[in-house]
Amino acid sequence: MSQNARDQILGNIRRGLGRGELSQQAQTQLRERIGQHPRHTIPARGQLDAEGQVALFRSMAEEAAAELIDIDSLEKLPIAVADFLQQNQLKQLLRGSDAALEALDWGPLEGIKVESRPVQAGDPISLTLSFAGIAETGTLMLHSGPNSPTTMNFLTDIHLVALRQSQIVGFYEQAWQQLRETVGENWPRTVNMITGPSRSADIEQRLQMGAHGPKRLVIFMIND
Amino acid sequence: MEIKTPEFKASSRIALEDVSLQKALGNLRDGFPQKRAAAVARMPEFETLRDQARDLKNHTIEHLDYYLEQFETNVTKHGGQVHWARDGQQAREAILKICQSADAKTVTKGKSMVSEEIALNDYLEENGVQPVETDLGEYILQLREDHPSHIIAPAIHLNLDDVSDIFSKKHGTERTDDPAALMQEAREMLRKQFVGADVGITGANFCVAETGSTIIVTNEGNGDLTQTLPKVHVVITTIDKVVPTLEDMTLYLRLLARSATGQEFTVYNTLSTGPRREEDQDGPDEFHVVLLDNGRSEMVGTDFQDMLRCIRCSACMNHCPVYGSVGGHAYGWVYPGPMGSVLTPKLIGIDKAGHLPNASTFCGTCESVCPVRIPLPKMMRHWREREFEKHLSPTGFRFGLGVWSQFARRPKLYRWLAKLSSLSLKTLSGKKGRLKSLPLKNGWTAWRDLPAPQGGTFMDQWKKEQGNKQHKGGQQ
Repeated sequence: MSQNARDQILGNIRRGLGRGELSQQAQTQLRERIGQHPRHTIPARGQLDAEGQVALFRSMAEEAAAELIDIDSLEKLPIAVADFLQQNQLKQLLRGSDAALEALDWGPLEGIKVESRPVQAGDPISLTLSFAGIAETGTLMLHSGPNSPTTMNFLTDIHLVALRQSQIVGFYEQAWQQLRETVGENWPRTVNMITGPSRSADIEQRLQMGAHGPKRLVIFMIND
Repeated sequence: MEIKTPEFKASSRIALEDVSLQKALGNLRDGFPQKRAAAVARMPEFETLRDQARDLKNHTIEHLDYYLEQFETNVTKHGGQVHWARDGQQAREAILKICQSADAKTVTKGKSMVSEEIALNDYLEENGVQPVETDLGEYILQLREDHPSHIIAPAIHLNLDDVSDIFSKKHGTERTDDPAALMQEAREMLRKQFVGADVGITGANFCVAETGSTIIVTNEGNGDLTQTLPKVHVVITTIDKVVPTLEDMTLYLRLLARSATGQEFTVYNTLSTGPRREEDQDGPDEFHVVLLDNGRSEMVGTDFQDMLRCIRCSACMNHCPVYGSVGGHAYGWVYPGPMGSVLTPKLIGIDKAGHLPNASTFCGTCESVCPVRIPLPKMMRHWREREFEKHLSPTGFRFGLGVWSQFARRPKLYRWLAKLSSLSLKTLSGKKGRLKSLPLKNGWTAWRDLPAPQGGTFMDQWKKEQGNKQHKGGQQ
């Protein structure tokens, strides 16, 4: 039945277009277009200098209700996280197990229960790295992988994300290109573009923060 | 969802007198259009992007067979499976089969208009699988045994009171009229469902041929939990959602949120490509895409092909004076507003949906805000022609049109009569320039005065304009 449906659908489309299957030459052209994946118009706001991009990322992320905390270096991340946990009276943390995070001295989190595993309902807070920051809308790009369970991005109440300023690009297409170059053939199961914390306006069009995803999105911006 | 489209006229009359609905619709009219305008003003490239978006969709439709095959190849390459479905029945059966082989008792669902189109929830329930809607609006509707009245704001027809009532009744909690508290209540109730579900079903905003990915665009994060936590992720989508590359998808993402809610970008734009990899710690073990046709392939090469460009942003209905007056339920089926008035006759038949393309003032606002520039009024005219050809229009209407066409084919007589009626209306209206009542026109005058023509017929004014232009041109 399914194979039949496929043939019928494709047959209908071809009939509507007044042709049969595309010629080999036409198929090659389309394949090449996919391979080259040409860009469309890039908004001018995404094409600032590095400093301008960081400033734009900051203002757009804050406009989307993300919270930004500046730190001087990745090495300062554990102490900044420890401060945050203390201020919010939290005694546990789930964090990604990426090499860059593993290499840090987590001494400042003494007394905190730190684990690297998928999130379960009730876990309050998670910390992950970001793959890129996209200035044009203050968007983070994260992707799944062995060290970064996707539930860390969605199931906790508070999501902490570490982002180096050097990872900030102007526009989405640059992030897609970097992702292609980084993962090669090992395309990740999921890519998450995140712009601020979860929200809904389904009741009377009145915006409420914290629907089903994290109620707070906190970005540690590392000045490198 | 039961088709009530033939009752459009009666439903509209009821809607116009429904005080609570009119209050709720006020929230729409005062919200989305202004937010869209503000977002567009911040993006100087917006009009250029609209042109590119229109052209790219046209390119994609011209090669739809190729891109669908590429999409399937790449879904399979990443370990997923594509199920082609000619109609709703085939799609429902495919999804039930997946649920049964996963031994599913409950499935969580992200918001999907295609699942409404195929009435998936009823079918699953009849077959012993409990669907749980997780989008806040859809969740409210499921508790009320109600249906969406808008394609992105499903509960727009409800007020805070309605939500307070149903939550306290169904959750057994104390009644609150604090929207934040209501949302927290839904969050807690649904958390258990997210974790306990065996299958997660979402729609897709786009399908990317290049990578075999589907993408969902949500503000709540419910779609992400729906597709991350269960063992099986099923995407129900249609053949017109395919785009060639990630860059092409990005073009549409720049237009989608701005056209829809006026946001710069939706909170979560999530790409899914196949099931979890061997080394991943979470994510579904299975990834299925049910690719539904349901009459869309038959639109290719017809007067309605341009409708396949639609990205379901809802800008057309948000700006439509008819939708804004009667709301989505009056349209009687899944897709309301101008896009529904074009799509619904194709999906359920013009014999049932004939009222919809007629329920338009042809003000053209829908086309002017459509991010992919779909000529919606033109296509509604095509439907009116089909309806007329099939002798489906009412006798009185056909008679009137016949009389009019007799005059329209005699331009001199037509202009003379136009001049005469224009003058008579002006004289009848007196100093006020407005008429309180007029024979055969009480459909208009029952609600408002008819402004009488002032200063010549259209042809008179046109000739004068042309004369002025030529005169000016001669001076240069």
